[in-house]
Amino acid sequence: MKNVMSNKFVIALYTLPALLLILVLIYIPITLSGYYGLMDWDGIGEMKFIGLENYITLIQDKMFWTSTWHSLLLAIFSTASLLLYLAISLVLASKIKGSDLLRKIYLIPMLLSSVAIAQLWMKIFDPTNGMANKLLEFFGVENTPIWLADPAIALYAIFIPVIWQYAGFYILIYYAALKNVPDEVIEAAKIDGASPLQIAFKIKLPLISNVFKVTIMLAVVGSLKYFDLIYVMTGGGPNGASEVMASYMYKEAFKLNNFGYGSAIGFGLLIICLIMTLLTSKLTKSKDDVQN
Amino acid sequence: MSEVRTQNTTTTVLAPKIKKKSYLNKIGFGFLYLILGLFAVIQIYPLIWLVFFSLKTNQEVFGMSPFSLPQDPQWGNYLKAWTSGNIGLYFFNSVWMTILSVFLTIILASLVTFAVTRMHWKLSGLVLGLFLVAYMIPLHSTLIPLFNMYNHANLIDNPASIVLSYTAFNLPLTIMILLGFYKTFPREIEEAAVMDGCSVHRIFFQVTLPMTIPVLSTTAIINMIYNWNEFVFVNTFISSDKWKTLTVGINNFVGQYLTDWGAIGATLVISIVPILLAFLFLSDKIVEGMAAGSVKG
Repeated sequence: MKNVMSNKFVIALYTLPALLLILVLIYIPITLSGYYGLMDWDGIGEMKFIGLENYITLIQDKMFWTSTWHSLLLAIFSTASLLLYLAISLVLASKIKGSDLLRKIYLIPMLLSSVAIAQLWMKIFDPTNGMANKLLEFFGVENTPIWLADPAIALYAIFIPVIWQYAGFYILIYYAALKNVPDEVIEAAKIDGASPLQIAFKIKLPLISNVFKVTIMLAVVGSLKYFDLIYVMTGGGPNGASEVMASYMYKEAFKLNNFGYGSAIGFGLLIICLIMTLLTSKLTKSKDDVQN
Repeated sequence: MSEVRTQNTTTTVLAPKIKKKSYLNKIGFGFLYLILGLFAVIQIYPLIWLVFFSLKTNQEVFGMSPFSLPQDPQWGNYLKAWTSGNIGLYFFNSVWMTILSVFLTIILASLVTFAVTRMHWKLSGLVLGLFLVAYMIPLHSTLIPLFNMYNHANLIDNPASIVLSYTAFNLPLTIMILLGFYKTFPREIEEAAVMDGCSVHRIFFQVTLPMTIPVLSTTAIINMIYNWNEFVFVNTFISSDKWKTLTVGINNFVGQYLTDWGAIGATLVISIVPILLAFLFLSDKIVEGMAAGSVKG
């Protein structure tokens, strides 16, 4: 029996196509990104080796650190918003009527392309005719903001659709996890007289803490490489006010033709993503893992 | 779990209080419903507003309340959106590139998962590890080298670059989802087939693959949503209108109509209707797929 299932030729036939794809299209490019970072290169002409110059520039580049800070801010906001989603899921999962319908409504923005969301929210944020300002005017606000055109708030304005977009996704994950909490545990607690709040905080939340950790990781890594919405809505502007790491890389490479420097930024993005991944998994690792 | 038990015993003291609270609970529930409902409005209203302004004239959009219904629905906006751009072509490109990539991803991922979980070989752990680690790599860091590689292979402005990229970058997640299914799946049928002298190919194509159809449809849906909405690869690798997909095509197209809100709205509605229709018919599968997409510890 072992002979058929350990046929080397078949194993190679089954795994090599996929393996080749990820090696050539993911692993080799990621290595090349670090290598191109050592070059002075406009993307078309000859590459010129300049050593660590791009990386030294990168470390001293204020715009790079600003964009990194913006990415981190997005990560912090996204992680904080998880608490709101968790609270909503707790209510949603407590056997209320219509939870299925609500859950599906919440999920709809997640199904839309970032381009559609970006274009829609550009209209919402339109200073004169957008829904946001008309709503503010309705409530009597006089100096309505100019949203995406205001360097002081452009970045935060973009956070709103980002959080709007992903809400349903995280609520869905939490809801699924909460539904997996065995009924017997909750019934037992109820018989013992635990209040709904106590059940939520002392029983349900500890039982889904692993799922919560996974979502923190998803939110942090997803935020660090966030690109589409910002690229379409502001292109990183006004004047770099909403620039994030990925949009900065894109601008340097594909708009300004600094492919060498762009690669260095891309490599920096990779390193920061890896560091934050490790850091997040360290920070969220706790007594719970000992129990497992 | 030990924590939970200690909690149960300590809360026994509160037991007598609980009956009196029931009418307070009702008010509490009403309040919670209000919050949930409000959240639903926040999630859905921007889209309703979009449909409204796609049917309005500019005078209505600029002059009247954003909450007003269209006075005289301007279906012409949709006609204009569909005929004056290449929406039909973009739409067709999105459909075939999405379907082809999803098909390739699912077949390749199934082959790998089968080889890793069902066949016996030394390097299986390492190979699986390569796929799982690839999930953590930000695709933006690969963009410049990929652009250069496709450029040298003459694949820039060629749909092959899109299909290959979609397939490669969706493999890790797809394998992760399949892995969970394969691991809990009984092997007896496959083992019996081996006993009967079946070849590996027959076992894979006629036994394993048909049995995994439920999880395959889940991964197909999640892949479809990702590919349909994908932006950065097409924006970077494709330059001519002929090969643009709906997301990129629409972004460029909408940019030309700075002030014609009706046409912009209609274009956006056209681009999101297919996904909303799919959601209407397949919502349970989509919900399942989205939840499965997060299973990765």
